Amino acid sequence: MMIKLQAKEIIFGYDSNPILENVNFEIAPSRLVTIVGPNGSGKSTLIKCIDRIVSPQGGSILIDRKDVTKMNRMDVARYLSYVPQSSVRIFPTNVFDTILMGRRPHIGWLGSEGDEEKVWEVLRLLNIERLAMSNFNELSGGQQQKVLIARALVQEAEVMLLDEPTSNLDIWHQLDVMNIIRDVVKKREITAIMALHDLNLASTYSDRIIMMKKGRIVAAGNPTSVITAENIASVYRVVAAVRSISDRPMIMPLRQIKG
Amino acid sequence: MMGYRAFFHGKPDAGSSRSKRAGKKSGIELAHERFKFIRLFFVLSIAALLVLLTGFIITLGPLNISVADAYSALLARFWPDYFHVETLTSRVVWNIRFPRIVGGIMAGFGLGICGCVMQAVLKNPLASPFTLGITAGAQFGISIAAVIGVSIFGGPYFIIGNAFVCALFCSLFIIALAAIKGATSENLVLAGIAVNYFFTAISQLLKYFASDEQLRLMTNWGMGDLAAFSWANSRLLLVIFVICFPLLMSKSWDLNIMTAGDEAAKSIGVDAEKTRIFIMIVTSLLVATIVCFMGTIAFVGLVAPHMARMVIGGDHRFLIPASGVLGGLVLMSADAVGMNMIAPTIIPTGIMTSIVGVPFFMYLMMKGKRKEFWT
Ligand SMILES: Nc1ncnc2c1ncn2[C@@H]1O[C@H](COP(=O)(O)OP(=O)(O)OP(=O)(O)O)[C@@H](O)[C@H]1O
Ligand SMILES: [Mg+2]
Repeated sequence: MMIKLQAKEIIFGYDSNPILENVNFEIAPSRLVTIVGPNGSGKSTLIKCIDRIVSPQGGSILIDRKDVTKMNRMDVARYLSYVPQSSVRIFPTNVFDTILMGRRPHIGWLGSEGDEEKVWEVLRLLNIERLAMSNFNELSGGQQQKVLIARALVQEAEVMLLDEPTSNLDIWHQLDVMNIIRDVVKKREITAIMALHDLNLASTYSDRIIMMKKGRIVAAGNPTSVITAENIASVYRVVAAVRSISDRPMIMPLRQIKG
Repeated sequence: MMGYRAFFHGKPDAGSSRSKRAGKKSGIELAHERFKFIRLFFVLSIAALLVLLTGFIITLGPLNISVADAYSALLARFWPDYFHVETLTSRVVWNIRFPRIVGGIMAGFGLGICGCVMQAVLKNPLASPFTLGITAGAQFGISIAAVIGVSIFGGPYFIIGNAFVCALFCSLFIIALAAIKGATSENLVLAGIAVNYFFTAISQLLKYFASDEQLRLMTNWGMGDLAAFSWANSRLLLVIFVICFPLLMSKSWDLNIMTAGDEAAKSIGVDAEKTRIFIMIVTSLLVATIVCFMGTIAFVGLVAPHMARMVIGGDHRFLIPASGVLGGLVLMSADAVGMNMIAPTIIPTGIMTSIVGVPFFMYLMMKGKRKEFWT
């Protein structure tokens, strides 16, 4: 199997407080992978470690066998893009300029028509062209999330990391964003890794699911093998009914497991 | 390229990617073209205004000089064959009025760009060389240099060097403070005020122990106002500007990105910590030099970037020069008013800028509660 991204023995903690303990995984090219798990299980932290926003205390991250932890930041940005869950800007910036920032790793000081054209393409792809001149801070949470996704898309990295990209979106826009990401993964043959809370959305769109609990990976594989009633009971402490709909497991949470 | 009419008459009609395929630009794309045009137009027109205002301010004063004579006197230096003016006019323009204006423009420009980039790297709309206590640090450096004795090390380099080291120390203190979680922009400014008081007090204290010679040095360096500026000073100032301005401009993109926060900056390839330290070192050098030659001038560095941002938005490729030019405009106008309002009494430059700046600063503080500036 070809491997695009490989995480080896990642160890990370804030102030000696261990958060990630020996995280290992391998991801093939052109795959959509989701990370699921309860609040505080370390999904966001893992994504930040991969993108070197925080530096892991141990282990290595390899993209095409090259170690990310030893690259300079601008090179990392050419391989990896990151969509934060939300973002506040102190000074007003319009949507166009916000997205144009994603071109930084490829751009000269003057910028070029080509870079601006790429921004327009992505704006059209996400169907937010009409927001181009609006102030980022005055958008709704969902619109902001789309802009942040757009910024990562113009970065044209081979691996895209997304932290709960659908958390502020209504169900129509959830499907919209997931479809766009799936299309980009197939067309540009990139790898997308996203943290997600909605297990059904994860099940519908993922090639692989990684399930985390307390900083460790407890299950990984295709949706059918990971989204099971047993895993959900032990990881989330929830009794759930699992049905298969068009070959994908769908869950219905029934009740909490107390104590 | 769009025609002039298209810039101003393109109607925004959303979602017309149809017209795109036909090779025409959609409404929103035209709006964007228009925005870019206005941004460039604004920077060029304030620069032009600076030149015009220079000519006008030269005419103010006891000796009557017409605007035409003012420009002639300036140009006659370079093309004596084409422009002629009386010797007296030429002397007044070149020895009295023009140096003061150039000093004002340089100080305003330097403080404006410093305020602009400091606000970006600290993500703090209240940041400026004065409000964070960096000018006070530089001032302190001058006093120390005077007391230690310039004669030993000789020349302006020692004084400027000392002012730079002390300003840098203040900057690093501010960076360290900003790095602590929960240090809000208000807290940083409070720290700046504390630093301001502390260094001013020590500078005053040093005066008690200073000999006459040392006192003279202290007042010659840094306690003055624009009147202290002379052509002899301008060369060193110009050299430092020519080094610092391109350095800051080269970081324009990184500054744009840093206003989105350190995490976003890192993920787009900008090393936030390094950029922040680099910017604070360069601004410390600029501020120290300005304080040495022209004394403490408050609030220009705060006001100018906000004025620029209101009109042209957040792209530092345009914002840095616009802040600089606006700083120059504000300072030179404030000074012209101070010189001529109740002539022959001259109100020092620093007093004039504070009178304009303090109400504005208060306004920003109030507005800051809503967590959003200029929208
Ligand atoms: N900046 C920080 N400093 C200290 N501890 C942190 C910090 N950020 C996160 N943590 C801790 O790390 C742990 C994992 O957090 P993380 O944000 O990775 O969880 P998550 O899986 O993304 O959760 P959620 O589903 O709520 O987004 C939590 O216990 C949290 O308290
Ligand atoms: Mg999270």
